[in-house]
Amino acid sequence: MEISVRGLWTLIHGMGFGALYLLGCSGLLVELFRGEAAAPVPGRFLRIYLLGMVVVAWFAVLSGTYVVYPWYRAALPKGATDLTQYPQRLLLASPATAGWHSLGMEWKEHVAWFVPIAMTMVAFVAMRYGSGLRAHSRLRAAVLGFAVVSFGAAGVAGFFGAMIDKVAPVQGGGTIMLSGGGER
Amino acid sequence: MSVEPKDGLTNGSAAAAVLAAGVGCLALAVLAFAGDKSAAIKVGLNFYKPTGPLSGVTTLALVVWVVVWVILEVRWRSKTVAAGRVAGIGLGLLGLGLLLTFPPVVDLF
Repeated sequence: MEISVRGLWTLIHGMGFGALYLLGCSGLLVELFRGEAAAPVPGRFLRIYLLGMVVVAWFAVLSGTYVVYPWYRAALPKGATDLTQYPQRLLLASPATAGWHSLGMEWKEHVAWFVPIAMTMVAFVAMRYGSGLRAHSRLRAAVLGFAVVSFGAAGVAGFFGAMIDKVAPVQGGGTIMLSGGGER
Repeated sequence: MSVEPKDGLTNGSAAAAVLAAGVGCLALAVLAFAGDKSAAIKVGLNFYKPTGPLSGVTTLALVVWVVVWVILEVRWRSKTVAAGRVAGIGLGLLGLGLLLTFPPVVDLF
């Protein structure tokens, strides 16, 4: 059982930071919606939770943009015919898969950045105002709106990331042996 | 848009954060759109070659977001502002940003 270094980074980016954000955000949305009746009080746990979500959101986009994406969009050397190390080229080589790049990646790479911007704002306001946000219903609704959009944007990014990686996986860069189990 | 606070925690700080986040999201979408439509802008946004124009789009958008946030925070933190209007504008900018990042919409222009 083995995994490539690039595959591992893709895993850390998507299944690590991305999936963790989606899980965390779903919990936060429940808490924020529940706040219609009783606004969240930013106790120690909620503060750590919010800060954790901000950190995860930033790590997700930074690892995606500056670690995984350069491998995805790597330029094809002259004369190369094997496209497996060049996912973007591989997708664009066939009309049946080009949409995964022209719609999926083109949307994902930009909309994903809304996630940390929105969540940083949500965390800042929630930590600053706490239960006092109840007194500012319109701003509270806006904060909730941004939180919902951040969840949706992370979902779009996660969906297209997973699908693109199924069709044209980012691979190469050495191999990490996870276990040496034989055939059974 | 702003008036002096009467008592307690004013809404200025939250309003500043909401509006700045909207501006940041729209800035990102506008920069991405501009890079898609202009070859010269696309080249100019190529801050980090392995990542390409996305590096410039995101870096500049973050700068816009943080600068706007700091300016609004300084100006509004001790004031009560028109919350409904600010919230509406913030969400409107976010919605416009979402539209401008959606490739089929970008391709209309």
